[in-house]
Amino acid sequence: MNRKLLSLPFIFWSAMFVIVPLCMVFYYGLTDKSGAFTFDNILAIATVEHSKALWEALKLSVISTVICLLLAYPLAMILCNMNVNQNSFLVLIFILPMWMNFLLRTLAWQTLLEKTGVINSILSALHLPSLNIINTPYAIVLGMVYNFLPFMVLPLYNVLVKIDKNVINAAYDLGANGAQTFFRIIFPLSLPGMFSGITMVFVPALTTFVISKILGGSKILLIGNVIEQEFTQTGNWNLGSGLSIVLMLFIIFNMVISVITDKEGEANTL
Amino acid sequence: MKNALVNLVNISKSFDNQMVLDDLNLYIRENEFLTLLGPSGCGKTTTLRILGGFETPDKGQVIFEGRDITNLPPNKRNLNTVFQKYALFPHMTIAENIAFGLKISGKSKSYINDKIKYALKLVNLDGFENRMPDSLSGGQQQRIAIARAIVNEPKLLLLDEPLGALDLKLRQDMQYELIRLKNELGITFIYVTHDQEEALTMSDTIVVMNQGYIQQIGTPESIYNEPENAFVADFIGDSNIIGATMIRDRLVEILGARFDCVDTGFGENKPVDVVIRPEDVELVAPEEGILQGTLIHSIFKGVHYEMEVMANGFEWLVQSTKMVPVGTKVGIKVDPFNIQIMKKPESEDEEAIGVNE
Repeated sequence: MNRKLLSLPFIFWSAMFVIVPLCMVFYYGLTDKSGAFTFDNILAIATVEHSKALWEALKLSVISTVICLLLAYPLAMILCNMNVNQNSFLVLIFILPMWMNFLLRTLAWQTLLEKTGVINSILSALHLPSLNIINTPYAIVLGMVYNFLPFMVLPLYNVLVKIDKNVINAAYDLGANGAQTFFRIIFPLSLPGMFSGITMVFVPALTTFVISKILGGSKILLIGNVIEQEFTQTGNWNLGSGLSIVLMLFIIFNMVISVITDKEGEANTL
Repeated sequence: MKNALVNLVNISKSFDNQMVLDDLNLYIRENEFLTLLGPSGCGKTTTLRILGGFETPDKGQVIFEGRDITNLPPNKRNLNTVFQKYALFPHMTIAENIAFGLKISGKSKSYINDKIKYALKLVNLDGFENRMPDSLSGGQQQRIAIARAIVNEPKLLLLDEPLGALDLKLRQDMQYELIRLKNELGITFIYVTHDQEEALTMSDTIVVMNQGYIQQIGTPESIYNEPENAFVADFIGDSNIIGATMIRDRLVEILGARFDCVDTGFGENKPVDVVIRPEDVELVAPEEGILQGTLIHSIFKGVHYEMEVMANGFEWLVQSTKMVPVGTKVGIKVDPFNIQIMKKPESEDEEAIGVNE
């Protein structure tokens, strides 16, 4: 029997749920309501309303990615230096929230952060000033970091744990101190994991509309929310598809950069 | 010790309540090729890691050039290590790997370039500057690891089973290479291995270790010819180790037969162990032998035949270039000089400590 037959279900799945929808996005994005070819839907990104939403989304996802990286790197290093028992316990603590539904977790943050929510009740009981970050960009960043942090930790942990302990010992042996060993050996060797972590956090953060909707109220519109509204509320599939294509370009751009830098990271020293 | 480069004084170390080294004392002379030899878990690698600064002993001192370096971190020690699996920096070219230590110590560019050229020539890998480590074979990577260590002109080079991952032919070539390097550079080598042949080939001094204790220190010849206890005799080369009784000075009873020997001072009618190397067992006609037996097994090994002779209830391991058919009745003779007498350890603990010294 031809083994290629085994891949048929996957090919069918990809065709039906990836290729066909993608073609439809391009079709709708490049036509107007009457079906005539046009670039208007794509150029619509230039309007103040849309470009502001895109800029806001880029800003918040970059900030979230940077925060995730700063939190995840030390954590991944600590995990690597632990013995297996402690290590698996900490990893468990870390992935435990991921067993819960994404929406549920985000809604939980909403309840926590609300003006009369759990955190503020505790703060006022302690006669401390209340925390008003719900419906602000801060809450959105918090939600993004909370939800996407594991996607940064895991690839980083994977590359760090694979670095031969003797390679690090060799650096010390040749006279390097802790900082020199980190910047010349550990950091460059962790770049592939870092870039895959950045991609895995940045892409979902850039396109999210759920986190911004739940934690940002309706006050802050990210590009994801704009697209969602075009499809579900306004019913303008052409405009929604056009904006999706623009967003896709940003994601592809990010991926290309990470692939290129990744290659350099492996081939180059410093 | 006057010309001792390194002095290990009363070193003890345990991991998880498991004693790895117990009150170890050892000095290493300048320009010596010293090998720590023993089975895995004997404490040889731990000793090396204590010297390199990767472990701190629980007790005791490491004296290097007259200075106590016990608590000095690895990067502050004037010695370098060649690690078991090379441990080259995978993201750097060969030249950058070799330059690493020199760059850290802030040497000039031209000095570094000269050193890279010199080191690559020394290990016979000229022109490899811009290659990446993973494009090199195991043997080549090992040479680079050695080059990376010696460009820093350490007083002492620690080698942790550096040839363990190489195949037999390459390993033999590298052994000669290492002896040549050591003679050219005048660096003291401390070499860790479990391979007795490697130790015999390269070392000036062999330290045989077992269960955290030094069993015997000596030249390859003295370790091989005059093992001090059954462990050393058994670990170094093949040997017949037989329980025997020392009748009086220069006479020992082995398996009921009396052999002349050259050892004295064991007392009269004292139980001892004797070691007889298989190449020292002479097979003669039955009536000429001190013991009589039957040849039960013979294998051709290239240079010699490896045979087993059953005599007085003991299987004698015999190596000889002369073929004897299986089933032949033979006599066994041993030159008195080739019988090595060892005091019998009274308990297992004593055996580990190597009380025969």
